[in-house]
Amino acid sequence: MNQRQEPPFITWLPFYTLLQKEIRRFLRVASQTLVTPVITASLYLFIFGATLGERISVLPGFSYAQFVIPGLILMGVINNSFSNVASSLFMSRYLGNIVDLLVTPVTPTQFIMAYTLAAMLRGLGVGLVVWMISCLFATLPWAHPLAAIAMAILASFLFAQFGIIAAIHADNFDSLSMYTNFIILPLIYLGGVFYPISILPPLWAKLSHLNPLFYMIDGFRYALLGVGDLTFLVSFGVVSIMALVLFCWSAILIARSYRLRN
Amino acid sequence: MTLPALAIKNLSKEYDGTLAVNNISFTIEPGEIFGLLGPNGAGKSTAINMIGGVSRIGTGSIEIFGFDNQRDSRTTRRLVGLMHQEIVIDNFFSIDQALRFHAGYYGVRDDAAWRQRLVDRLGLKPHLHKVMIKLSGGMKRRFMIAKALIHKPQLLILDEPTAGVDVELRHTLWDFVREINQQGTTILLTTHYLEEAEQMCDRIAIMNHGDIIALESTETLLKKLGTRSILVHLQTPIKELPDNLCCQGAELDDTGTSLHLTLSASQSAGDLLKRLCEIGLPITDIETRKAGLEEIFLQLTQAGRAKP
Repeated sequence: MNQRQEPPFITWLPFYTLLQKEIRRFLRVASQTLVTPVITASLYLFIFGATLGERISVLPGFSYAQFVIPGLILMGVINNSFSNVASSLFMSRYLGNIVDLLVTPVTPTQFIMAYTLAAMLRGLGVGLVVWMISCLFATLPWAHPLAAIAMAILASFLFAQFGIIAAIHADNFDSLSMYTNFIILPLIYLGGVFYPISILPPLWAKLSHLNPLFYMIDGFRYALLGVGDLTFLVSFGVVSIMALVLFCWSAILIARSYRLRN
Repeated sequence: MTLPALAIKNLSKEYDGTLAVNNISFTIEPGEIFGLLGPNGAGKSTAINMIGGVSRIGTGSIEIFGFDNQRDSRTTRRLVGLMHQEIVIDNFFSIDQALRFHAGYYGVRDDAAWRQRLVDRLGLKPHLHKVMIKLSGGMKRRFMIAKALIHKPQLLILDEPTAGVDVELRHTLWDFVREINQQGTTILLTTHYLEEAEQMCDRIAIMNHGDIIALESTETLLKKLGTRSILVHLQTPIKELPDNLCCQGAELDDTGTSLHLTLSASQSAGDLLKRLCEIGLPITDIETRKAGLEEIFLQLTQAGRAKP
């Protein structure tokens, strides 16, 4: 018999440890993962807040800075939630150290939740800092604060799932960056961050309704400013359905260990 | 009845039409040191990856201390510690942080005394707070052994643990493996250093082309398959081999004073000596040498090369 006594198993500890590791990972390279996105967002705020903000008005009763800030906050949330999980999981696959997790009792649920929660914390953290910096340029009315928080949480959750999916399907760094450059960025820019969909010609306005980011940005703006192209419930409902679909997709991939186990 | 530490039944795995593991079955008893040997591409790592849960099982079953490693994977993974053949590290963290994380992944609270013991015994202390990227290859291997043991597994699997490491580490590693084996941990190891396998393992399985071509206790394997060679030094040279020694695989050197003979495991040296005396050869000295695992390994695997 083994003279060393087998230590007791704590079921939640694998999840907590993986979450802790993922948080420490992005904190360790905070200059890339936190400081850089905040600087990028600050530059946008400077351009649209301090320089152009007072000269343009696209929404009656609000400055352009006020209009654009919700979109910029959400852009920080989305980009960072996505890239946190996408880069961490893809690097683990690429360098082969994913096997360190595959041989452990970490369950697929714990795996998804730990990666998702760490990504959400980074995304929401960046969003929070961007909002604090935005206070230097414009004050937001925070019409529906709980709705705003709920939409930010949902957006970060959704893009964490998308990050998992991208990390698993990507074959190399180029294909991973394609998700950011050819999917997320165009959808953000065409989703109404910088302009309201209502000012577009009817055809383009209709096409914009096919952009899933439009619902996220419009709903978040509605929660912060009290006005939007759609009601909050419609936006939140559409985003919830998308989040559920992406969660099911990533859950199936992880449960089957798709492209993780041979 | 004691359950086997590892019971493999009819295990197979195919990659792109090639059968990497072909219907192998064997068991390892608790407390054993079991060697899985074979040339590169024999299927050892594929089998080990299926045991550890890195690869899916093709067909067959794997039980670890009575638990099925598919159905009860959460339990079996806690029972197994696996050191991979390739260096697998996370460059973001130091040895100290990574060891703490690994204990947590296994659902085990950090045991500072055990962690400290692993660090001390494997000589990791001076490098404990260095990030992995700054470690030498040998240090990374040491860390990987500590990582495989951090959750106190019952079955430790070492896939080529001494590949490309210096003599000092090899000695440190094997001493430590013996120590934890004496404390009850079952060991499954693969190595290309056959002398080490000969010294370390209670039983040995030799794999080739995905099949197990030999499975015996190390002693039996050496006895059954091990030939002995005898070198007979003669006082005066002879020109021709005596007829009745040809069946012994006799060879005469160029000077005619040294005669090489081969004894199979079933033949006795005494009978051969008697025959040499009857022939009347002028013998001055006799040297005998037993074939080691290396010769047996080559003998078995080269025979298998004829296989398509």
